[in-house]
Amino acid sequence: MGDAMLLNLVLFLPVAGIALLVLVPARSEGAIRWVTFWVMVVQFAATVVLYVHYDAAVAGLQFETRIPWIPAWGVYYLIGLDGYNVLLVLLTAFLGPLVVAGSFSAITKDVKLFYAMVFLIQFAMLGTFVAQDLFVFYLFWETMLIPMFLIIGIWGGERRIYATIKFFLYTAFGSILMLAAVIYLVYSLQTTTGVTSFAFADLYRTELPLSVQLVLLSAFGLSFAIKVPIVPFHTWLPDAHVEAPTAGSVILAGVLLKMGTYGFMKLGFPLFPDATRYLAPLVMALAVVSIIYGACLALVQNDIKKIIAYSSISHLGYVMLGLISLDLIGIQGAIIQMVSHGLTAAGLFLLVGIIYERCHTRELAAYGGLAKILPVYAVFFMILTLASIGLPTTSGFTGEFLVLLGAFKAAWPLYVQGDTLPLVLAAGAVLGVVLGALYMLRFAQSFLFGKAKVPHEPVTDLNLREQLILAAIVAAVFALGLYPDEPLSKTELAARDFQQRVTSVAIPGGAR
Amino acid sequence: MLLTLIVLLPLAGFLANGLLGNRLGKPFVTVVGCGLPIVAFGLAVKSFLDLLAGGGAPIVETAFTWARIDGYAFDIAFWFDRLSAVMVLIVTGVGSLIHVYSTGYMKEDKSYARFFAYLNLFLFFMLLLVLGRSLLVLFVGWEGVGLASYLLIGFWFEEADNARAGKKAFVTNRIGDAGFLLGMFLLYWATGTLEMDRINAAFTGPVAPAVSASLVGILLFIGATGKSAQIPLHVWLPDAMAGPTPVSALIHAATMVTAGVYLVARMSGVYAQAEAASQVVAMVGVATAFFAATIAVVQTDIKKVLAYSTISQLGLMFVALGVGAYSVAIFHVYTHAFFKACLFLGAGSVIHALSGEQDVRRMGGLARKIPVTFVTFVVATAAIAGIPPLAGFFSKDEILWFAFASSRGGAPWLWAVASATALLTSFYMFRLVWLTFLGKSRMEPEVEHHVHESPWSMTGVLAVLAALSAVGGFLSLPHFLEPMLPLPRVPEHLHHFETPLLVGSILIAFAGLAGAAYFFGNGAARATRVRERFGGLHRLLAGKYFIDELYERMLGRPLTWISEHVFLRTGDRMLFDGTLHGLAGLARRTAGVFSRVQTGNLHLYAFLVVAGMAISLAWSFRHG
Repeated sequence: MGDAMLLNLVLFLPVAGIALLVLVPARSEGAIRWVTFWVMVVQFAATVVLYVHYDAAVAGLQFETRIPWIPAWGVYYLIGLDGYNVLLVLLTAFLGPLVVAGSFSAITKDVKLFYAMVFLIQFAMLGTFVAQDLFVFYLFWETMLIPMFLIIGIWGGERRIYATIKFFLYTAFGSILMLAAVIYLVYSLQTTTGVTSFAFADLYRTELPLSVQLVLLSAFGLSFAIKVPIVPFHTWLPDAHVEAPTAGSVILAGVLLKMGTYGFMKLGFPLFPDATRYLAPLVMALAVVSIIYGACLALVQNDIKKIIAYSSISHLGYVMLGLISLDLIGIQGAIIQMVSHGLTAAGLFLLVGIIYERCHTRELAAYGGLAKILPVYAVFFMILTLASIGLPTTSGFTGEFLVLLGAFKAAWPLYVQGDTLPLVLAAGAVLGVVLGALYMLRFAQSFLFGKAKVPHEPVTDLNLREQLILAAIVAAVFALGLYPDEPLSKTELAARDFQQRVTSVAIPGGAR
Repeated sequence: MLLTLIVLLPLAGFLANGLLGNRLGKPFVTVVGCGLPIVAFGLAVKSFLDLLAGGGAPIVETAFTWARIDGYAFDIAFWFDRLSAVMVLIVTGVGSLIHVYSTGYMKEDKSYARFFAYLNLFLFFMLLLVLGRSLLVLFVGWEGVGLASYLLIGFWFEEADNARAGKKAFVTNRIGDAGFLLGMFLLYWATGTLEMDRINAAFTGPVAPAVSASLVGILLFIGATGKSAQIPLHVWLPDAMAGPTPVSALIHAATMVTAGVYLVARMSGVYAQAEAASQVVAMVGVATAFFAATIAVVQTDIKKVLAYSTISQLGLMFVALGVGAYSVAIFHVYTHAFFKACLFLGAGSVIHALSGEQDVRRMGGLARKIPVTFVTFVVATAAIAGIPPLAGFFSKDEILWFAFASSRGGAPWLWAVASATALLTSFYMFRLVWLTFLGKSRMEPEVEHHVHESPWSMTGVLAVLAALSAVGGFLSLPHFLEPMLPLPRVPEHLHHFETPLLVGSILIAFAGLAGAAYFFGNGAARATRVRERFGGLHRLLAGKYFIDELYERMLGRPLTWISEHVFLRTGDRMLFDGTLHGLAGLARRTAGVFSRVQTGNLHLYAFLVVAGMAISLAWSFRHG
């Protein structure tokens, strides 16, 4: 077992980064950029060490830190890595330096504050993932909102105020519901067992009647569903993406959306297993609706950022489908799909940002034949497009394939027993694969191919910095596509744990 | 090691040419791009000899475990038996020839390196497809060749139509792939494995898996209709001719499009138990064969004629599969690879000679000007028409025989439609010969002036392929494959039909030739008269039965309309955002407060953020 301090170091490095930035004068923008970048690199390196030392054969928490914080409420500063979060922590730390490097030339206004906000959101995201105490989780969860709000609100596009308020209203609404549910949940734990605790491990043991579970799951679930986002709670996302600066979009698509699916996996479903099984058909239907709906909307967008934004809705639908399949293959696929989407969406948003920086428009029709003018750019764009539509050898295939296999494998026996809906939904999700190819290749076709045209000449191809950022993402995309066995081995026990928690009958008669 | 190496060599070629090709120049690209496939062919021959030395026992190699979930290992493993041996030899052999041809054909192209990189990439995925032991590996190759096809159809991407054709191919194939995936999932559920040898064994074993073999068979066949351009997913292949002609020869004639045939033959253990699915395969096959042949009769683009001919020939292969004559289908895959590659490359040579002209109405009289191309083209035409003793005669005759006599779905009507197809094939192919090479020249003077025979790298390949089209049929592939793909039983009382049918199929081939000579031999005057007489029919055929237009009306436009009007306008904007805006009306004061805070003073923002956090933390400690 490795050193738990290292995980704390990883978590608090961004805070140290903010402190460092305070020392740098606001005018030396170069220094600010590089300090931020290198702190992020150190953080990623430390996370890699953690990942390597993470023992796939051990269930439960590793690198655990448990310090009493608010004893009267049974609140602990409790963090640790497990199969649920290990890949997401790695993804977050991986994207950190890339987000920073990707903003070098895009952000020229209030540089210092910007990178401080990037540090802050990095801190909050990692904290949300590693938290093992609901109080700590909630604090980090809420903290995420602030820097994101500011990143869009200060460095965003023309309609940024509308977008931020929309984003804020949606998420704040979800948060309030979750807060109420958290309080009720802890209160119930106390009244039924006499234990006052916010620790996940204790809360899992709460026994609640189905009706209460349904209410609480709805409250938690709404908050998570907004984050994912699941249709019909998604309309904040396209606006937020369109108005956000590239870094904001990358963080949003790369990591923030996974908070929702992670929330379902770590809290929503396992805390309320009976309600989850009861609502499973509904959740599955919403997942498939998201897949199809997001894909159809991506098909008719003319704003290049919106295409990627709507495709995110579709791709995260697969994650939800995998989780709710409650099949081990499907769950594992969902975890990989989270990471895969984090990589491909981040990469595509970076690419969109790069062209926007050069040409100042996001209108698809303004572009054409970029493969001729920007060949290197086109290669990266094509690879990430293919990864996004799940072409074999890329991460997208690993995720989608396993999710669909799991969903189908779970649905078929139900069909044999006379329940047709899950099978229809699983088949519908498979059709989503066709729609995915349709909207992404439509995008690629009018963007990269045909007569060359750009709204703003001359444009230059990717510089070395941009190439290195994208090469890192592409390398990860192929690693996850070609050899997913390694990461899957580290999540298998957690996937099994999740499966058992949700499928075990907590109270007699609670199951459907 | 050997099998893995065969697969990896073209991949190495792709990476080398893709990453370094432009910098290192054409000689490097040529050596790597052609050399590695040739080496792969050599290794395939070596593996083949090993297979024979081992008495035909499959050679298995496990490269690595892709994923292991719930105790099941998704292995990347290769399986080399008689069937995959045939396919690997075709893919690397014909593939290498076409690579060599391309050095001449693509010589002047500015994206020479990119072309060879894509071609190598195609070979890599195609070899994965035919060597994969599991459906997973096969599927990786299956989608991968689709990618290579997409990239190569749209190779000249500055023409928007080419890129559009590539997209159409990819998306149409994806529809098939959805069926393939469902079939694969069902098999995994039913047998607990994706290894095809195990699946076949499970279905032929004493305890049948708890799933309908026909359901699985139909789902997998949906995949095959995509890749092998069968009704209703055939629409992408004619458009795919937008790619450079060597691509049409390699991918869209000789190898990739036969993947569906390979899939069904490979899964013969399932199809042998799936009577209904086999019937569907045979019927779709024969319908496609006939339907495509009728279209080919009136096409005027030399490559489009060959494209519809390919669809038609693939249909005949599915007829063989549907009546249980799996090895006969593979036999036709093998002969077809030679003569169709030869025809496409010959067409390429014609196009090359005519500075890019593809319309046969502006050709004619080329026989003497490009004699090597002419002779090889005629040999291949005779082969596809089924004139004995050329290769196509043997394989097509066997297909017709089993369509008639197989105890597993053979029927006189099936034979009749397949024979009508054969007649049409002979007719439209000789029509093509007449219009292109014989008669008077209808070329533009400018074009005619520049007509030249292709370089030896191209004509040499044509000669080799023509020779193989001539003699390839003497190798009795069904006999070689018999240990693993036995022929279906033929009822005793039908045996005396064999000789009459054989004579019949020879007569059909010559009838087609005679028909073409009659209608097109005399300046096509008779053909013109017929066309005028049956104008409506001609429009229907020339318009390809307007299937594209139908799909656009029934699928394309409704999908866009629903997405735009129902989902975007009614759903997102009216329903969801409308609700939100209504709610936001209540919270307008909040927004007002926010806008007042938006003073632009960043220090204030930062202060508020930090203060907010500090207060909340302080509060939590105080109350702790």
